[in-house]
Amino acid sequence: MARRAAPEINAGSMADIAFLLLIFFLVTTTMDVDTGITRKLPPPVENPDEDVDVKERNVLKILVNSHDMLMVDGKHSDVRLLKDKAKDFMALHPDNSDYPELTTRYVEEMGRDFPASKGVISLKNDRGTSYDMYIQVQNELAKAFNEMKNEKSVELFGIKYRQLVDENKIKAINKIVPVRISEAEPEDIGGGL
Amino acid sequence: MSKFKTKKGKGTPAINTSSLPDIIFMLLFFFMVTTTMREVTVRVQQRMPEATEVQKLDKKSLVSFIYIGEPKNTKIFGTNARIQLNDVFASVDDIPEFVTKEREARDEADRKFITTSLKVDGNTKMGIVTDVKQELRKSGAFKINYSTRKKAQRNR
Repeated sequence: MARRAAPEINAGSMADIAFLLLIFFLVTTTMDVDTGITRKLPPPVENPDEDVDVKERNVLKILVNSHDMLMVDGKHSDVRLLKDKAKDFMALHPDNSDYPELTTRYVEEMGRDFPASKGVISLKNDRGTSYDMYIQVQNELAKAFNEMKNEKSVELFGIKYRQLVDENKIKAINKIVPVRISEAEPEDIGGGL
Repeated sequence: MSKFKTKKGKGTPAINTSSLPDIIFMLLFFFMVTTTMREVTVRVQQRMPEATEVQKLDKKSLVSFIYIGEPKNTKIFGTNARIQLNDVFASVDDIPEFVTKEREARDEADRKFITTSLKVDGNTKMGIVTDVKQELRKSGAFKINYSTRKKAQRNR
């Protein structure tokens, strides 16, 4: 019964070798995912002298100075209030001359017109503003737009924006609630640090 | 060596470890696949600001990084914020060349999806960041991403 097999290669150390490699990769692995706020820069302007006329009521001016202080529409403000201000400004207020004008935009995906605000949020910062502050402002504005998208999505489709799967629906929401943030052209290009 | 000792012994039989290498190999392959080797040594301080509304940056191969911050070695390079492209410090004027090189390194079909990730230290002043952004606009790299850490949400 007992047949002599050819001597097997000793595989006992295989585990050790694999462990060695495993530990190497464990140590070199960096599991961090890159996260951030994505924005699209506008193409460079051809005629810097040519100013585009935008009505005063259609613009929410946000200024950040070199002491990281915030001014919204001429008044001193706080970052924590910025989200609600931006939301209020971009919301639709028919027949109210204090708020941006309204227009209608045809949304292909939905097959009908939607009212849209002509409002633009204009963000301007000093060269001395800290990056931290700038990100906080950008974050609050992103939050305002995300909340507006969410509300619209719940209203139209019954689910939150983040849970939307259908490409067309995502596109439709993005068209109905466009992210209208304009960053002012820096005025002192070439200035030192 | 007793005559009566049975060959099998009385203790519990040894656990079969012949599948151990397989398990280890499985883990090994997992880590091999998920590993991304760091290509550049970051020479500037990187304390990212925190934000709540962050998006994941996917398609890592289509992301090029620009690091800005105070040099780690302040004795040699001073404390002024510097730009780092690839492995070396650079000035704002080097950015168009950097963008072109990054573009050339990618497939032609993917070129329009390249995102430039700005990894900027929180203490940096906006002046240098604005300069970089202007240069990126001129070079046609419009998709940018301000790299931030995700803050734990408190009030929701």
